[in-house]
Amino acid sequence: MGDRSRLCSVWLGSETGILKGVSLSRKQAFNFCNMSHLSREQEVRALCWGDPAESELLVGSVDGSVKTFSVEKGSFTETRRCGDPADGCFSGLAVLSGSALVTCVESGTVRVWREDSGEPVTELHAGKNVSRMRQSPVHRHKVGTGGKENGLKIWDLEKPEQPVFTAKNLRDDWLDLRQPYWVRDLAFIPDSDRVVTCSGYHQVHVFDPSTPQRRPVLQLSFGEYPLTALSLAPGGNTVVVGNTHGQVAMLDLRTGLVCGALKGLSGGVRGLQCHPSQPVVASCGLDRFLRIHSLDDRRLQHKVYLKSRLNCLLLASRDPEDKGTVDGICQEVKEEDEEEDEVWDTMERVGDTGEQMKRKSTEEEEGEQQQKKKSKMKRKKGQD
Amino acid sequence: FKSGADQEEVEVKMEKTEAEAAFPPTFSVSEIKNKQRRHLMFMKLKQEKRKQKIQLKKKKKKEREALGDKAPPKEVPKTIENQRVYDETTVDPEDEEVRFDEGTDEFSAYFNGLTNPKVLITTSDRPRGRTVKFCEQLATVIPNAHVYYRRGLALKRIIPQCIARNFTYLMVINEDRKVPNGLVLCHLPDGPTAHFKVSSVRLRKEMKRRGKDPTEHFPEVILNNFSTRLGHSIGRLFAALFPQDPQFVGRQVATFHNQRDFIFFRFHRYIFKNEKKVGIQELGPRFTLKLRSLQKGTFDSKFGEYEWVLKRHEMDACRRKFQL
Repeated sequence: MGDRSRLCSVWLGSETGILKGVSLSRKQAFNFCNMSHLSREQEVRALCWGDPAESELLVGSVDGSVKTFSVEKGSFTETRRCGDPADGCFSGLAVLSGSALVTCVESGTVRVWREDSGEPVTELHAGKNVSRMRQSPVHRHKVGTGGKENGLKIWDLEKPEQPVFTAKNLRDDWLDLRQPYWVRDLAFIPDSDRVVTCSGYHQVHVFDPSTPQRRPVLQLSFGEYPLTALSLAPGGNTVVVGNTHGQVAMLDLRTGLVCGALKGLSGGVRGLQCHPSQPVVASCGLDRFLRIHSLDDRRLQHKVYLKSRLNCLLLASRDPEDKGTVDGICQEVKEEDEEEDEVWDTMERVGDTGEQMKRKSTEEEEGEQQQKKKSKMKRKKGQD
Repeated sequence: FKSGADQEEVEVKMEKTEAEAAFPPTFSVSEIKNKQRRHLMFMKLKQEKRKQKIQLKKKKKKEREALGDKAPPKEVPKTIENQRVYDETTVDPEDEEVRFDEGTDEFSAYFNGLTNPKVLITTSDRPRGRTVKFCEQLATVIPNAHVYYRRGLALKRIIPQCIARNFTYLMVINEDRKVPNGLVLCHLPDGPTAHFKVSSVRLRKEMKRRGKDPTEHFPEVILNNFSTRLGHSIGRLFAALFPQDPQFVGRQVATFHNQRDFIFFRFHRYIFKNEKKVGIQELGPRFTLKLRSLQKGTFDSKFGEYEWVLKRHEMDACRRKFQL
């Protein structure tokens, strides 16, 4: 069990309560659960890493319990009760330094729990309906919350009385009607203080707490359906959003235009995450598939069928496609190529014969490349 | 340059009798500029080809008869259904996870025998002739179905009232230009909503050699060819429309047959003449459905989450890949 969980580079939580790990290099998916004790009460709603070294996962379920899963051992190590199911499902889970856990439920209560006590250390109320809570990657004690008719609020957990920043709604539209808003997902832009949110009214807003303007600094629109998931690309200028129809697109935050769409999803997007270093984005949703697209050429790299509807996903920070032993093989191949090049360079040009040999080698390479292209195309046809 | 017709024909014949020598370039029929002559040459070419095909067939048949029992088996012609791309979401009956998923989904109350179906059939606003008759006929086919006139009411407001009155299904038939063309089937407590395109509706009086009107007995349900996970969900959606009764009374059967992502609905009455022979009579309306979207939760086209949406040109990429 432990060795299987160490292979997995993508972790997903499903509606049936099963935690799934997928190893992309091996193209295999593993279920980590107790098959005899499955129930819909255990539906996974929130996933987060337990520690910066990514050796533990925290899984939040509908019945209010947070389970810790150890990647090394491959099993659940402990369970904590963090709230009533009557309050609503988890809309956010985060870890503070010093093994404190921050949970947020849909009724709006954000609680900080310590390991020993069963009661929350800090509790704050973030409004009525909170759809999402996220933690700032730079300042770990800052969290942002947002929900239906509940605008973006940034809280400092050390001073829980007042939010650090409350967003103001957009100006009334040209008919003087109040614009509705519903924050479905948010993300903190790493270099600055800014926050990107996506709304159920197919808009993307960027807020800047450092300016006195509490209204959105930038407003973009995509599609006609509610945007349910959002993720920042590693460059910091593009954001990937997904909506309930399965349309996933990359938007440029500087110009406000759609860079491109990622095709393939046929159901509503529930989870989106860009890899921190590689230009790769993983998406999961109601169509029971995990898809990995590359951000540069927008092609589908991997598609894995996981039999239940997927709620949330987590990417491991390491390279999704490699493992220890595969690394060694790659290095060996590279060394061989270098040796071949050296051989060719040291050989003397013997006039026509030398040119013919070079031509042959290039023809062979072209032939191989064509074959590779053909096989890639065949694979693509088979997949999609 | 091409000079007289005779010379041309001679040239072409000579080249054909040269047994497909590739080196001298053959003139193809399309290079002849004169339409009548081109037509003549093309007809001759086709006749030649047909002759050769018949000769080949005769030869094969002779060889087959000569070999007798040792003849190789007949080749099966390729059809699109034969060549269907294997869908990885095909449901394996042994799979525990899928079984658990299906066992605890929105239809579990029906399949565990806890609820009986009660269907509300309505249309889009101000329906005309064919749609009204279609609704009435559907109500005779589906037991415990009630037809109500849609007085321009919003579906989102009808749904809570239906739930309060214990309805399990809401069926809305959309009409366009006096002909039914869409169907929204919503499973009520909190169940999935399926939107179909309806085509080829034949009412009872338009059907040839049909039997009498259906009786009040509960029909049996046959679901054909719903193999993928999405197909299973839709199949369960249809199955939950009819009450469950393992002791079949009344010899009526409703069939939902899926082929190439189109679902064909037929309603028959059968009688067993002896152990091996059955006689069937088609009664009731017939129509075809094509799934356009499956939405999780009750009808909410703007803010609902879709489990599957039809993408219009997906079939162009691969004609042998189907979803249901």
